[in-house]
Amino acid sequence: MVAAVDALIPADEFSPSGSDCGCAVYIDRQLASAWGGGAKMYRGGPYFKGKPEQGYQLPLTPAEFFVAGLAAANEWTRKTYGADFERLSQDKRVEALKAMEDGKAEFNNFSSRAFFARLHAMTIEGFFADPIYGGNRNMASWRMLGYPGLPATYARLIDQYRDKRYTAEPQSIADFS
Amino acid sequence: MATRLKEVDAITVGLGWTGAILARELTKTGLNVVSLERGPDRVPGQDFVLPSVRDELRYAQRLELMWDNSIDTLTFRNFSNEQALPIRRIGAFLPGEGVGGSGIHWGALHWRYLPPDFRIRSALAERYGAGAIPADMTIQDWPLSYDELEPFYDRFDKTCGTSGKAGNLRGQKVDGGNVFEGPRKDEYPNAPIKSSNAGLMFAAAAKSLGYHPFPAPVAIASTAYANPDGVTLGGCEYCGFCNRIACETNAKASPNSAILPTLRLEPKFEMRTRCFVTKLNYDSSAKRVVSVAYTDMRDGQEYEQPAEIVILSSYVFSNVQHLLLAGIGEPYNPVSGKGVVGKNYAYQFEAGASAFFEDKELNPFWGSAGMGVCIDDFNGENFDHGGLGFFGGGYLICNSAAAPPIAGRDVPRGTPQWGSEWKRATVKWYHHAARFNTQGSVYANRMNYMDLDPAYKDVFGRPLIRLSYNPPDNEFKMSSYLLGKVEDIIKAMNPTHYDMHPRPKTFTIVPYQSTHNTGGTIMGSDPKSSVVNRYLQSWSAHNLFVQGASVFPQQHGYNPTGTVGALAYWSAQAITGSYLKNPGPLLHA
Repeated sequence: MVAAVDALIPADEFSPSGSDCGCAVYIDRQLASAWGGGAKMYRGGPYFKGKPEQGYQLPLTPAEFFVAGLAAANEWTRKTYGADFERLSQDKRVEALKAMEDGKAEFNNFSSRAFFARLHAMTIEGFFADPIYGGNRNMASWRMLGYPGLPATYARLIDQYRDKRYTAEPQSIADFS
Repeated sequence: MATRLKEVDAITVGLGWTGAILARELTKTGLNVVSLERGPDRVPGQDFVLPSVRDELRYAQRLELMWDNSIDTLTFRNFSNEQALPIRRIGAFLPGEGVGGSGIHWGALHWRYLPPDFRIRSALAERYGAGAIPADMTIQDWPLSYDELEPFYDRFDKTCGTSGKAGNLRGQKVDGGNVFEGPRKDEYPNAPIKSSNAGLMFAAAAKSLGYHPFPAPVAIASTAYANPDGVTLGGCEYCGFCNRIACETNAKASPNSAILPTLRLEPKFEMRTRCFVTKLNYDSSAKRVVSVAYTDMRDGQEYEQPAEIVILSSYVFSNVQHLLLAGIGEPYNPVSGKGVVGKNYAYQFEAGASAFFEDKELNPFWGSAGMGVCIDDFNGENFDHGGLGFFGGGYLICNSAAAPPIAGRDVPRGTPQWGSEWKRATVKWYHHAARFNTQGSVYANRMNYMDLDPAYKDVFGRPLIRLSYNPPDNEFKMSSYLLGKVEDIIKAMNPTHYDMHPRPKTFTIVPYQSTHNTGGTIMGSDPKSSVVNRYLQSWSAHNLFVQGASVFPQQHGYNPTGTVGALAYWSAQAITGSYLKNPGPLLHA
């Protein structure tokens, strides 16, 4: 997972790597959360594949889906590249993720496109969410964007900063708790 | 075996905007009112406080305030020859749950419908000939006029501390407001909220093309405001945590901030939270709902609560489900066109655009949900549809609802979604992107409807509502026309780059689009063509008053809540002014 989030968010002049920002920790914690366990999700059968327009139709919770997808991804990289994802070179990791993104990676009875979409969405969430969830360490992504975070009370600033960039040292929920 | 409770004067099934308005107005006349709410209580100052309320992940992504689909959901299909499947997690629309309902997390755009909207079938027939209306377009006139509803629009404006600029004050057109709106008795309670830089650029461009820009009307107080109930709302802080989130300054009006502070103190009012109403018990010979059955989820027991008056004030889908389960009114049959319950489901056809201005600083992180500049030149019958091949329209808006970091980072189309190139583009454009939206109408169609699903059930064993919906060609043509107008304005704004975002031809339940679901218990002038009369009273049960957007005969080019609130006050007046004196049908078929 560290390898995957680092391929999605590489270290560069904009921010540290995805894992250095805590994205892998974030994903672990989210999968263990109520959301990861399928809270507020309708899970009654019968199950059918359905059309894409009808949305997610599997009995798996987000955590179960992710674990199954990770196993299918490694099975596919072993078949295609001869090694688990984390043992691939950076170039091969990027190539493998692109194949999943386009749905061209043929996982065994599992949608590589759907797995990639979930992996990508969670990595992005972890990178940009408030640091209290374990990602966005040191508010790296907020600094990268120029996003000020909290407390976000701007009524008196809007007119003052017309066509002028407002900057502030970002603060997170933890800074006020 | 359900425990039978002592009869009360009135029940509201659900405690969102309409439940709160009805409970407030009915208790004022001395009635005892019990509100049954499936979700938890939600109290401003207690549940919505800094810093925890400033949490995009918890509220905007994980949807803390929304519908719990592990209890119930609906099934969906585009066309009636397909297998409907359950929406396992809501996406396209996000009804709220708990006290305040969707009125907590809404975007607070606060509109009135146009006078011709209320008589749309007649208006189209007069202007274009009755034959011009397609046979499958099952639109109908509302059974009341704009002028009749105006005092109640005004009342709801004042409850909410709505901010805006009148464009038609008692018939006088006012520059800078919406000159297309119907006459209003009074100016808005509060001056418009501030416009963003992008909004001002949109206004200048729209004006240069001969259009009539104005600040979006919002139920967000631009400054501290005391409403007629004696509740004080705070002034907006433009925090950017608004849509899908509760307002901690109580600037965004919600039932919780604007009505409940006084209602909670009312001795004749009782709120029962985590009480899930499973059935309306209907006596078809007496034409009354005698009681409602509910499960108290805190003790797991079933109760039967009798009442003289039943206010059905749950969300659109539950309103329809309750009537179908209780056998109140004839279910709609799309093949024969007969029946009314479930008929004329409609939605909002929203589509948008993004534009990028490399030399403009837009400070995208501040704003409020409804913050925007609009034009109404292409809504309803504000323009001539002759030769266009469609009816309907919508307002166009440059909306600055704030760009939170998880979901608000527009990059030009074609940019990779990850890797260093994506990061470079994200950083390059974050401060320079503006968003646009079109609030397109959906005129009812014979094949868009709701009924009970034959296969899927909720945790109480009740059949789910089955939604069959795909926008007809009329709506795609309308939307592409509106997007063309947006594109003209964007070009006049001279962007570095822009992308238009038309909707796919097949409606999908997955990405968020709009929580403006309407219809299914439509209002009208006779029981053959409607479920409720002009006072929202059921034709089949005289003590049942159905509230909310489920009574809209079709959806027009505006956000629905302004009209939902106005109708609630209008219905409350019919109950307190007429029904209580002589309980029975207020109109005879």
